Amino acid sequence: MLSQKLLQLMSGNDAIAYAVMQADVDVVAAYPITPQTVIVERLSEHVAAGRLDAEFVPVESEHSALSVCVGASLVGARVFTASASQGLALMHEMLYIAAGLRCPIVMAVVNRALSAPINIHGDHSDMMGSRDSGWMQIFAESPQQAYDFTIMAYRIAEDRNVLLPVAVNIDGFTVSHCYEGVRVLDKDEIKSYLPRVPRPRLDAETPMTVGAMFSPDYYHIVKTEQVKTLQQSIKHFKEAAKTYPARDVQYDVTHVLNPGSRVVVVGLGGVMGTVRHVARNMDVGVVSVRLFRPFPVEEVRQQLENAELIVAIDRAYSPGAPAPPLASDVKTILQDMDLNIPVWSVVCGLGGHEVRLSTVEKLLNSAVEAAEHGVKTRIQTYITEEVTVT
Amino acid sequence: MKPVSVYITVPGSSAQRDMSGWRNKKPVIDYGRCTNCLICWIFCPEPAIIREEGKIVIDYMHCKGCGICAVECPRKCIEMVGEL
Repeated sequence: MLSQKLLQLMSGNDAIAYAVMQADVDVVAAYPITPQTVIVERLSEHVAAGRLDAEFVPVESEHSALSVCVGASLVGARVFTASASQGLALMHEMLYIAAGLRCPIVMAVVNRALSAPINIHGDHSDMMGSRDSGWMQIFAESPQQAYDFTIMAYRIAEDRNVLLPVAVNIDGFTVSHCYEGVRVLDKDEIKSYLPRVPRPRLDAETPMTVGAMFSPDYYHIVKTEQVKTLQQSIKHFKEAAKTYPARDVQYDVTHVLNPGSRVVVVGLGGVMGTVRHVARNMDVGVVSVRLFRPFPVEEVRQQLENAELIVAIDRAYSPGAPAPPLASDVKTILQDMDLNIPVWSVVCGLGGHEVRLSTVEKLLNSAVEAAEHGVKTRIQTYITEEVTVT
Repeated sequence: MKPVSVYITVPGSSAQRDMSGWRNKKPVIDYGRCTNCLICWIFCPEPAIIREEGKIVIDYMHCKGCGICAVECPRKCIEMVGEL
């Protein structure tokens, strides 16, 4: 039975700050930006009130925030930062350095649109712009998941066989500013779930060089090792989910509703809750991708192979590309499986554009109808009320 | 612990790396005019000029061909010679 103490009313931002406090991080370096600001505010309060014994570095930019995190992480500290949108863009070069130097940093990314035109609301174009930075990328759909995945992120990142940074994504406003009852773990559970694992670090007793130049003969060896490590970290996500204490919900790299349906929708983030709500009484399967990088190829493949029509929902464009990011991944998987299943690539929710139940209902009804009639048309569209397929 | 290859744990490993491929001109000393004043040894940004008994020699494995030694030589007795 859950005690009241362990059920708290929290927004997505509150939940992440609370998880970071409980994870007992040593260094927080972050710069506030809408819609992530509350995370930084809460953490500064936790530090000021003595609830969190950490060095809080109020940096002058996001580039510095992540630079501080890289340095602190390399001397063995448990570190945290958070950003969004323009802030994440300003961090860009440091993202690759954090991953390349194998720093187990955890960062919350409160997904927000990129300028121009300026817009403070949610979509995934910020993280998709940093998609290939080598970070593990987790997408949480609710404050509860934001809390759970932040705790899990430390266990995965600091695993001696991973040592990679992890970005925990939540949708700006729809998750970051939405309140719900969040079940939190107690101190002892966190302590045993997040042990301090020794790792290579900058230390006068065992000196090493970090950040040296690597010539063409060696650079590719380091990068290939890093990428292979990221690819196999999928099993560490699964392990972290399996051993996560005191939860009645078993997390996995994907969440699947209505497996084996004729139409399968694949997507990321909070919008999938809306899709599941509409799809629950339809012959429509919904695959919500929780772990986006590394991509759970095998798990998604199993859900796609018997579909007659696939709808891939992105919350970002990839301008000029053959398809948006998630749709590209889905099409790649199909090609590798030798499957010729039509994919509808649907972009939605740009700059906080509301994705209504009625809109999703029309989309799914059109997809079911098309599948019934064996319509093989591939479409790429921005979601609107009107979905017409001929 | 399994090593992470981006961390260099062996000190002095850069001394093992052959950097001669960076160069397109190499400094050649005219020992007939060189007075062993060591100005080039001071200015060389790499440890690529080595003091030996009564003379300096160039370590061509580490010389990247920047040409600073040739510019700074007060007697102009270092010439940058094309490698090809």
